[in-house]
Amino acid sequence: MTTMDRPDAPPVRTHKENRKWVGQSIRRVEDPKFLRGRGGYIGDMTVPGMLHAAVLRSPHAHARITGIDAAEALAAPGVHAVITGAQAAQLCDPLPDFGPDPAKHTWRCLAVDKVRYVGEGVAVVVADSRYLAEDALALIDVEYEPLPAVVDPERALADGAPLVHDDLGSNCAYERTFDFGDVERDFAEADVIVTDRLRWHRSGGQPLETVGALADFDHATGELTVHTNSLSFTSYLFMVAGTMKIPANKLDIRPVPAGGSFGSKLFATKPAVIAGMCSREVGHPVQYLEDRVDNISNCDHHGSDRVYDVRLAMMRDGTIRGIDIDTVEDYGAYIQFGVGHHGNALAQVVGPYAMTSVRYRVRAAMTNKNQQGAYRGFGSEVNNWMLEQMVDKAARELDLDPVAIRRQNFIREFPHFIPTGNVYDSGDYDGVLDKALELSDYKHWRAEQAKAREEGRCIGIGLITAQERSVFSATEFWFWFDEPGAPVTSMPESVTLKVDATGGITATLYSCAFWGNSPETMVAQLVAEEFDCDPHDVAIVYQGSKNGLPATGPGGSRTTVMLAGAVEGATAKIKAKALRAAAHLLEANPDDMEWVDGGFQVKGVPEQRKSLADIAVMLHLFKHSFPEDMESGLEDSKVFDHPYTTMPSADRKDLGVFYPFMGHACHVPVVEVDLETGSVSFLAYAAVHDCGTLVNPRSLAGHIVGGTAQGIGTALYEEFVYDDDGQLLTSSYLDYLIPSAMEVPELKIGHHETPSPYTLHGIKGGGEGGRMMAPAAINVAVNDALAHLGVRVTELPITPDRLRAAIRAAKSRESG
Amino acid sequence: MDRHDVTLTVNGRTSTVSVEPRKLLVDVLREDLGLTGTHVGCEHGVCGTCTVLRDGESIRSCTTFAVQVDGAEIRTVEGLAKGAELHPLQDEFWDKQGLQCGYCTPGMLMRACEIIEGNPDVTHDQVREGIASNLCRCTGYQFITEAVCAAAARMKADSAETTGAQA
Ligand code: FES
Ligand code: FES
Repeated sequence: MTTMDRPDAPPVRTHKENRKWVGQSIRRVEDPKFLRGRGGYIGDMTVPGMLHAAVLRSPHAHARITGIDAAEALAAPGVHAVITGAQAAQLCDPLPDFGPDPAKHTWRCLAVDKVRYVGEGVAVVVADSRYLAEDALALIDVEYEPLPAVVDPERALADGAPLVHDDLGSNCAYERTFDFGDVERDFAEADVIVTDRLRWHRSGGQPLETVGALADFDHATGELTVHTNSLSFTSYLFMVAGTMKIPANKLDIRPVPAGGSFGSKLFATKPAVIAGMCSREVGHPVQYLEDRVDNISNCDHHGSDRVYDVRLAMMRDGTIRGIDIDTVEDYGAYIQFGVGHHGNALAQVVGPYAMTSVRYRVRAAMTNKNQQGAYRGFGSEVNNWMLEQMVDKAARELDLDPVAIRRQNFIREFPHFIPTGNVYDSGDYDGVLDKALELSDYKHWRAEQAKAREEGRCIGIGLITAQERSVFSATEFWFWFDEPGAPVTSMPESVTLKVDATGGITATLYSCAFWGNSPETMVAQLVAEEFDCDPHDVAIVYQGSKNGLPATGPGGSRTTVMLAGAVEGATAKIKAKALRAAAHLLEANPDDMEWVDGGFQVKGVPEQRKSLADIAVMLHLFKHSFPEDMESGLEDSKVFDHPYTTMPSADRKDLGVFYPFMGHACHVPVVEVDLETGSVSFLAYAAVHDCGTLVNPRSLAGHIVGGTAQGIGTALYEEFVYDDDGQLLTSSYLDYLIPSAMEVPELKIGHHETPSPYTLHGIKGGGEGGRMMAPAAINVAVNDALAHLGVRVTELPITPDRLRAAIRAAKSRESG
Repeated sequence: MDRHDVTLTVNGRTSTVSVEPRKLLVDVLREDLGLTGTHVGCEHGVCGTCTVLRDGESIRSCTTFAVQVDGAEIRTVEGLAKGAELHPLQDEFWDKQGLQCGYCTPGMLMRACEIIEGNPDVTHDQVREGIASNLCRCTGYQFITEAVCAAAARMKADSAETTGAQA
């Protein structure tokens, strides 16, 4: 039920057949340097005269800073400077903040008069070495006046809670309710309303490499150069210049490979600003690298932390009519990305199911914890989990088969507009499900489950079907607000292709840094497909933000689709010039010529041919052989914008198209629960993903397995635990448990390919991989294992303690 | 702070460095010897990112002081390839995509090296259990396990060939 006319979709494309390189699991072109230990990560960089910074962190969750005495630290050996939060506030403006009301929840690189979570920085030391900088930290004397802390999001919203930001006047940073479709009617007409309360605790990306920056401020030119592993959003980096109080054209941020991100290095501006500020103060290059405690306690990228109250409107035959979601999200002490995580969820809020209405209420709570940022899924994976728990509960309450209820509600016609207004471009959910049932040996495991139950063993099968949206548009960040009424924001990606005089091709990437994904391999395969060369012969260059073309960088599984569009566009321009040059050299009519196997030739006359190298050498060295208007060289760029994004309606009853390339997957873990210990182990795990046409199937399989491993962490082990006083109890890997090879099972992986009608080759994004589905699937599996005991777990992670408590509670219900 | 001379043979090359007693082996490798292939992940002995071999056995270089290993023979990732030729482990990691971000990879390779050198007949399950000492946040371990098994088989075949050729 839209209140606006929908703009036309982009034209449906015809995809190339008989692809040579797209679809091949070639060896990644990035890998040799990493295999040889020559990765060139930020910690590997040194420059002459470089100093090191270390940050002093708050031991209190909430306290007023009443004084800082840094004299002793300043006099310590090797120390060049100590900058306190109050001094930093003079040197730099607040950090870039997309939150609801940045003037009232002001976020700075160091705390000024009050600390709001354990680990918040209060001062930075610059010294000759990291050892000496850390020595000096111990000499800084900070006086705190502790304040009561608030750590539970619902308590934070209650009257009388201690205020995290006094200026905000409340701990509710944002609240809004959206209705899409006829919610009232669907709920009034429902036979059954299934309700539940669900709790997802915070975990995070925790890449093995922390965030870091090497900054060099040149007082001669007024320019700041920052090398960092946190680069993204090249188009938005002028905001960092704003924080540094320098003109945007005096800032150059250069990407270095990152040792993983999973979202957690997205626009991580704080380390760059700290290093930049220090460098400007001391007049030397300064490197600031987080250590693990810095990162766990202060990365600004903890993942979602949600309480859900959900109602599902069901018909007795299993038809899902609508969903009413009321969620409180614990954002921690700051809210740099606003409630974009919920915008993200709204892109696929109904999953693969054809329901007709959605009510979505979100309240953003401020608490005394490190703030939320991005973690693989960006809030959509939490929605997947919530929805699948609800569908599973509905199946149980209506006594329906969990596979049948899902299949019955599948969307089958595409493009399909969901109630929020976003479009699902294409899909084949039955095909994926069929494949998954076969791959997982579903029937066999149901039989095993029955047998095991007779022996008193608890085996569970967790089949779920869920979405992976790809290629975001920025509207998800701002459709929450009625003002200012911005037009659709561009989210471009750019590529420059240069053909040198020998016909060799170099591709320049802007902001699409290497994060463990495969931007170089993707571009190399796409270029090879266009030019019929070997992908390993394509050279790749990363350009810094200065002089960089517009670019947004990785996030929301957008990289491959966007790079493909840019490569296609740049190729078209280069081939147009090459064709004209070849026609001129052969004295042929361009219309009579075609591209065949790496060159242009006269149709039907293969001996009348110029290879790309023939053309390139002429264009580079013999320009005067060509018509006046042809310039030397063979190089071109494409700035490729989001291929399908539309405006939300003014009344926000339709959010427009903002995440159109819809992937899908079915995960089927088989678990066994040990009732005595509360531990969960895997007997089998199958996953079938469909993210359109595959560029490198093995790379996608890597994202499926790796993402599933992270999902296992989220489901069973990983949690940033804060006690009632706001102390962080999991500040090391002794307590924050990342799955090892013993906790992750061997996966059976299946691919299904339903091309997108709107993208080059029909590619959709798939980088968030298994983490979109695994938490949901594992929770369903555990509940399936324990259903006969009346146990239903509604809280992640399912630690042995939580599981044992649920089992005990069910037992006492039974005996009571 | 006083300093001590420490002599290390790293990847076959002997050097003496003068270090503070508190200086960690990983920092000596990275800063004093310029071998930045060995990384740190947790800096408290849990993740295995900093794994190097000391006299053939894997150690955590982030919780080892350089002075503790004075006189030792150390192997790091930089010692694996022979010029242009990758070590079979490196080659199989590449072929099977046993890496994504590459950050855990040097430590993982050295641990895998220890596993295979200790047991040329290592099984798939033993590899999985063996690499559980090292965290990888990207890959979910499956393709690493595949790669190590493939490398073990190749190294065994190679050594059989060499022995056969000698006989
Ligand atoms: S860095 Fe040494 S074990 Fe983690
Ligand atoms: S490849 Fe990234 S941590 Fe292992």
